Amino acid sequence: MSKSLAIKWIVIIVILLGSMALIYPNYRWYSKPNAEREKLEALGERPQRILNLGLDLRGGSSLLLELDVSKLSDREPLNEAMARAIEIIRNRIDQYGVGETSITRQGEKWILVQLPGVANPAAAEALIGKTAMLEFHIVKNDTTAAEKAIAKLESMDEPYDQDGALKPEIAKLLPEGYTIFRTKDGGYNVVDKVAKVTGADLDDAHLTMYGENGYPEVAFSFNAEGAKKFGQLTGSNIGKQLAIVLDNTIQSAPVVQSRITKEGRISGTFTLEEARQLTIVLKAGALPAPVRIIEKRTIGPTLGEDSIKSGLGASLYALLAILLFMIIYYKWAGFIADTALVLNLVLLLAVMSYFSATLTVPGIAGIILSLAMAIDANVLIIERMREEKLLGKPIPTIIQLGYDKAWSAIFDSNITTIIVGCCLLQFGTGPVKGFAVTLIIGLTVSLFTAVFVTRAMYEMILTSNPKEISL
Amino acid sequence: MMTFFPKTNIDFLKYRKVYFTISALIFVVGIYLFATKGLNMGVDFTGGTMVQVKFEQTVDMAKVREALTQTGSESELQSYGDNTYAVREKGTEGNIDEVQARVEKALDTLNVPYVVQQTNFVGPSVGQDMTERAVWAIILSLVFIIIYVAFRFSNILWGTSGVIALFHDLFVMAVAFAITQREIDLVVVAAFLTVAGFSINDTIVIFDRIRENMRLHPRASLGELINLSINETLSRTVITSITVVGSLFILYFFGGEALNSFSFAMLVGCICGFYTTVALTTPLVYVWTHGGESRETTPAAAPSRKAAEAPKVQKEEHPAPAQAAGPSKKSVRKSRRNRR
Repeated sequence: MSKSLAIKWIVIIVILLGSMALIYPNYRWYSKPNAEREKLEALGERPQRILNLGLDLRGGSSLLLELDVSKLSDREPLNEAMARAIEIIRNRIDQYGVGETSITRQGEKWILVQLPGVANPAAAEALIGKTAMLEFHIVKNDTTAAEKAIAKLESMDEPYDQDGALKPEIAKLLPEGYTIFRTKDGGYNVVDKVAKVTGADLDDAHLTMYGENGYPEVAFSFNAEGAKKFGQLTGSNIGKQLAIVLDNTIQSAPVVQSRITKEGRISGTFTLEEARQLTIVLKAGALPAPVRIIEKRTIGPTLGEDSIKSGLGASLYALLAILLFMIIYYKWAGFIADTALVLNLVLLLAVMSYFSATLTVPGIAGIILSLAMAIDANVLIIERMREEKLLGKPIPTIIQLGYDKAWSAIFDSNITTIIVGCCLLQFGTGPVKGFAVTLIIGLTVSLFTAVFVTRAMYEMILTSNPKEISL
Repeated sequence: MMTFFPKTNIDFLKYRKVYFTISALIFVVGIYLFATKGLNMGVDFTGGTMVQVKFEQTVDMAKVREALTQTGSESELQSYGDNTYAVREKGTEGNIDEVQARVEKALDTLNVPYVVQQTNFVGPSVGQDMTERAVWAIILSLVFIIIYVAFRFSNILWGTSGVIALFHDLFVMAVAFAITQREIDLVVVAAFLTVAGFSINDTIVIFDRIRENMRLHPRASLGELINLSINETLSRTVITSITVVGSLFILYFFGGEALNSFSFAMLVGCICGFYTTVALTTPLVYVWTHGGESRETTPAAAPSRKAAEAPKVQKEEHPAPAQAAGPSKKSVRKSRRNRR
């Protein structure tokens, strides 16, 4: 064996061993039973560098949220607001206890939240969607203008416009600096427009199971600055009603009995689940602006399992059919091509594991297609060798010319398909992206396996000076 | 040596008028279908809501449809087989929970147990965004392919022929979707783009062969070179098509519902791609290079051509039937030859 051929084989063997080492953790992880994997995931003990399964394969829900940019504070730049919104949503979900959630920014003002295998997507959704704007306003119902406004308001179907602002015909009845909020039981209260204290000044929140009226309550405490502000507000308004407003709805409006500084609580007719969610969102903080769900996809776990079973099964049959066909049609050359193909698959999975790529149904299709292109490369080479063989050339020349002549076509076609893949990656979303990733990795790997590795195998055969070459 | 095609010598170019007629017919029929039936764009693009349910027993589709009319809203029903149905409300801005509750209420009246397998809600702004992304992905892919092929083969005409062939494949796929009224979702768009990649792959293999044969047989006419190259690569075209189409058949029949639309699209595209490779791409190059057959050699063009090319070309046994349409094309031809 020549020195250069030996080096080639060392490279191939090192890459093969490295790939297997990268794939092994996948095998260990996915051979564990479902329940155990879920338990480990919740503990955050999922291995880092392994393949992820897309929602279409494991079931779960995916939510696309749009941040209402028009409601952003002028002082906060969009990028900061988005980063903060993502952070807050992550905190809320983490406290709710859902494993492996992916929260990413998409485009300018969209946030993609992927919740794999969540049993109760509605609860998670409610948690994410809450703006959790907590505000404290002093109630000012006792003026004639306020009474007139409320009387007019109660005669209307919908006093608020789409953005949640008071309609102008009501607003003009009120003196400057006042507004009206709906109460939880359907009434209305006139309050100071500007909230003196907000949820941003909160330090902590926790759930009290049995509050005053037997309903669960949420107790909270202020940070130092919040305590000072709240002390001023309550101290100067003793005997008046203080409205506790959450997301523009008055939860309760207790009468201020004395000056309160550090602690308070929100009571109302909460269910336990409502109170629990409220605690979580208050702790995590308010979103910089309201979010709206603009896309929602839910895939049941059974459907995901079915997709895996039939998708993987069919892909396996397709692969076997190709392998068999190649051996029958091209004999030993077909066998060499097959070996390269299997190696291609191993390398592809290893690279995907290394990058913790997500495997989706279109992703599996991308793998199949890159394998088909790898086979095409070998068909091109073998057909060329056959042509040279028919011309009666010596075996080393047959192999040499087969590769030399097929190379430009293989290279050009792989590059053009990779170009298409890159366009998909750039503009695609979710499933299409998964397809593009596997296609690009697969094609890159196939340039190595289908050309370099098979050539090394032929050169290996040549060292024994064969009389015949089986194509 | 096992071979399906020992050594062929088919004059593919001879029937180019037949191919062009077939493609023109497909084009006309396709446009007619798009205008009358239209494409069934999925909620991914139109925006709207989809609820997919699976009944535990066999239920007549008509009964499901009848039950759904009670919802009082415009909904489409599609059967996926295996007692699985998808209910769609396109373009609605309503909340998915409302739509799902409405659909479930209607289906409950059938008194057959079922599970909700999948729900999708896509807001109108998302649908619009997806459409824009898909269109951009396709346009950019095509532009980059033309640029790359033009660069590799030093001829913009070849790149453009390749893209027309590719467009032809995509068009036929779209026609197949118009006929079957299958829904076009994001995964189908992925299939369209893969076929685009495949189609250009086939084109490049033949162009590559023509480029090589130009070097080997400098005296041969373009027509001869094209025929020779198609024949020489025919064996490869057939074998590759067999492996691809074969594995797609398996995916189509056994791949489950998630892969069904994808493999259907790919099957149509790949089978059509096989035809396009042989019958459309290179005949287009041929006709374009010669500026169509109606143009006979003009006395003024002939000498200049001789002057522009090496003397040995003058002895060409089969001079091209017609001259290039104008000086610009001639210079392209010249630069290609100079590359040798």
